[in-house]
Amino acid sequence: MRLAYYPGCTLASKAKAFDQTARWVAQKLDIELVELPEWQCCGGLVPQVTDAVMGLLAPIRILADAQTISDKLMTLCSFCYNTLKRANLVIQQDAERRQKVVDFLRETRAPKVFDENFQYDGSVSVVHLLEVLRDDIGFDNVRQKVVRPLTGVRVAPYYGCLLLRPPKEIGLDDPEEPTVMEQLLEALGCEVVDFPRKVECCGSFMIVNRPEIAAQCSATILKSASQIGAQLLVTTCPLCQFNLDWQQMRMLESNGEITPVPVLYFTQLMALAMGAEPFVLGFEHHLVDPRPAVMELGL
Amino acid sequence: MTTVRLSSRRLSSEILSEIEELSGQNLYACYQCGKCSAGCPLGFAADLLPHQIMRLLQLGMTKEVFASQAPWLCVACMTCATRCPKGVDVAKVMEAIRTIQLREGRGALQVFLPPAELVAEVPQLATVSAFRKLSL
Ligand code: SF4
Ligand code: SF4
Ligand code: SF4
Repeated sequence: MRLAYYPGCTLASKAKAFDQTARWVAQKLDIELVELPEWQCCGGLVPQVTDAVMGLLAPIRILADAQTISDKLMTLCSFCYNTLKRANLVIQQDAERRQKVVDFLRETRAPKVFDENFQYDGSVSVVHLLEVLRDDIGFDNVRQKVVRPLTGVRVAPYYGCLLLRPPKEIGLDDPEEPTVMEQLLEALGCEVVDFPRKVECCGSFMIVNRPEIAAQCSATILKSASQIGAQLLVTTCPLCQFNLDWQQMRMLESNGEITPVPVLYFTQLMALAMGAEPFVLGFEHHLVDPRPAVMELGL
Repeated sequence: MTTVRLSSRRLSSEILSEIEELSGQNLYACYQCGKCSAGCPLGFAADLLPHQIMRLLQLGMTKEVFASQAPWLCVACMTCATRCPKGVDVAKVMEAIRTIQLREGRGALQVFLPPAELVAEVPQLATVSAFRKLSL
């Protein structure tokens, strides 16, 4: 299957491991990812007030460019996914703002792409790789590609906030009891840990404004993961990954409150189970190095 | 017999209508169950909890609401919006409160510059998002 692919700013730089393992996994599963030829940051979060227009321009430019490649745009970062999907809904539901956004994008396009017939009506659907795996590829097919089953590895799935909420607009899975990552982890052979804090927010972008407050949110999640004996945490969001990784490093350095629970992207774990070479996995980018745990687990 | 007429009209003000309009929410739909506050991950650090913000707005106490740090600590995680039994999207109410202040030039964003080693490491989407929500 062929999908337009939007990596987003963070996957092109600080979360390269997420991007490169996702591309590797997609290739193994015959998913053709066509990266948009030109793209910019989606804006991180969608504006939620009813008259906002400016914050819609970036995500809608991305979606409008995607329509020339496919009617589905796949993305991986929870922030990008949430922003693109919700901005798209505004375009579908609010004719007045749609007109403003389309007019602006038409007028401001670079001369080489300027097209007076430029239109966008919200028809591209925004999908997350987890959805593609569940709904199009099927977890049984994922299971068949596993060459290094992660048998007995206790993994806690961590969803965070933006992959699932608000459920009426996102609709990827149940907002309180999601199962999509659990199903994936089972297909990889893992022992899935029932993680009570899986949909709790890690403190999000407050990390750049009030780091100590965000750190407390992450600390609560980490203590819980450690208490229930998780050996790895799995996420879909570069900010969850960072917040839990950074706070964990500090907790491990300063006190014995927790045992190490390295935080991986789900695609890193997939690539590991599907036999990727170490250089694909990108474990060297982590603050809390997953390699000792991975070696100890015999992987 | 005396008729007592209860009305919220007395409390209506331009600013309350603006909050309702920008958020698309009916402030009076909230029946103060507190579920939003129970799940708010940032509630522990805020001077007011989400349900208290809702109550103050219902009572027309916008001065107190605009003086609160709570909307500036809200990270739009949508936990409150997901769980409210009355379907009130408190995350949007918080955003409307921020937006009104930002548009009046009363931006409460003080960029507490985090330690340099943190700035170097933090994913850029965090910085982009913080400016999107806490500045104009
Ligand atoms: S980084 Fe935190 S903010 Fe993202 S999806 Fe994750 S829980 Fe939410
Ligand atoms: S959950 Fe809804 S009804 Fe309950 S206090 Fe919060 S806003 Fe009000
Ligand atoms: S959206 Fe804001 S107010 Fe609501 S639960 Fe999240 S941080 Fe709290």
